[in-house]
Amino acid sequence: MARYFTEEHEWIEVDGDTAIIGITDYAQEQLGDVVFVEVPQTGTEFTKGAEAAVVESVKAASDVYAPIAGTVIEGNAALEGEPELVNTAPEAEGWFFKLTMSDKDDLEGLMDAKAYKAFCDSL
Amino acid sequence: MSDTETDFEEQPPEALPLDAWHREHGARMVPFAGYEMPIQYTGEHGGIVAEHNWTRQSASLFDVSHMGQLSVSGEGAANQLEKLLPSGIANLAEGKMRYSLLLTEAGGIIDDLIVTNTGAHLALVVNGACKWDDIAHLREHLDDDITLTHFDDFALLALQGPKAVDVLEGIVPGVSELSFMTAGLFKFGEQHIWVSRAGYTGEDGFEISVHSNYVRALADALVADERVHPAGLGARDSLRLEAGLPLYGHDLSENTDPVSAGLGFALSKARREAGGYFGHAACLVRLEDGGCAQHRVGLTLEGRQPGREGAQIFSGDALVGIVTSGGFSPTLGHPIAMGFVETEFTAEGTKLDIEVRGKRLPATVTALPFVPHRYHRKGA
Repeated sequence: MARYFTEEHEWIEVDGDTAIIGITDYAQEQLGDVVFVEVPQTGTEFTKGAEAAVVESVKAASDVYAPIAGTVIEGNAALEGEPELVNTAPEAEGWFFKLTMSDKDDLEGLMDAKAYKAFCDSL
Repeated sequence: MSDTETDFEEQPPEALPLDAWHREHGARMVPFAGYEMPIQYTGEHGGIVAEHNWTRQSASLFDVSHMGQLSVSGEGAANQLEKLLPSGIANLAEGKMRYSLLLTEAGGIIDDLIVTNTGAHLALVVNGACKWDDIAHLREHLDDDITLTHFDDFALLALQGPKAVDVLEGIVPGVSELSFMTAGLFKFGEQHIWVSRAGYTGEDGFEISVHSNYVRALADALVADERVHPAGLGARDSLRLEAGLPLYGHDLSENTDPVSAGLGFALSKARREAGGYFGHAACLVRLEDGGCAQHRVGLTLEGRQPGREGAQIFSGDALVGIVTSGGFSPTLGHPIAMGFVETEFTAEGTKLDIEVRGKRLPATVTALPFVPHRYHRKGA
């Protein structure tokens, strides 16, 4: 298993062909109190960069884009009742959706945890 | 991720007198009304929801120094202002405050403001984003022998919440004698400060005008009390939305008139009859039966997804209105909104839909305020 990060503050946990996607602690801190999350339905196919989920904080609405192409296996149903999981456990129970990846080359150029931390520190 | 709501500023934002203080207290600063302003604070007590709830249960300190603090003085100043405002100004007693509106000839709202008779002059507190246009409008229409002063070396702090009175009385003795919408001159140490019992959160509280040289000392004294935490623009917006209070530039504009906006109380009865102010004829037309095509209403949404400013409001397939302010209500635990809706759909309980990202969210027309006001009225 390996965890990748994007400049859009998403994390991607890769295990074989499966990827779990969520937003980072830095992202949830920027968003503030999350009150609503809409996750994609199982079977939805995404190209890289497609609008995949919506996260609404008290402050504003934001889009979450698919950082890699694939087909949704599962959306995190727990976020419907407990959207605050995105604030309290963004990089664990607050995950957004699981994909079957369609192109592993999409992972090229993504950051590891160390590089992502350096990226955030530079902001 | 990317924010779909972005503020664009033409000029680089200016720093408020308390800029460094906000940063020391963990503020996240954003450009607003031409200034860098705290939207929320980090840390144990920070975050919009925590700051919002603390205001409702204890007391929060807001920096509203971006607002314009003006005064009008000179022989006949009150009568001169009455040319521009639909409210009684000449009959405003010393120490009393009144909500009013700057209107265009067509009855559009240039700004909403508070007028106070301080005894020495008529003080105006206007919106930060409108203050330069307001000054130009006032200067253009007031006679040359009327003095218009911009107190740009004064900060404005708002202490809001049920415990505000006990906190401030301990620091500025005598303020507890003020009732809602009254004001007076007090002392903080050796410094004169102007204190008003008013605010824009729906809670009891005060606004304090203090010279920028002393605002840090006052802010420090206020947050030294454990009942007070600083709060930012985010909480201020969710609080005023729950209180059903319109925000200029969102719920109000030159394209809205006072009657449609539900601000008919600002058109004093005597002055409706006497006339003699900008927008009078247009307001009279609006006041007639059927004079308004639409009205500002409150909307309670089902589910958890907010409908925000700009979202369209439908009755069945018919577009009947638009959301002008919307968000999640921390106090109520569900989304709320205000918007302008065609008059026949404004009865309380009317079922409508708000379109958000291609989805229709069910919403019900709801009486304003969403959360009852808790002002300290005279005799209460």
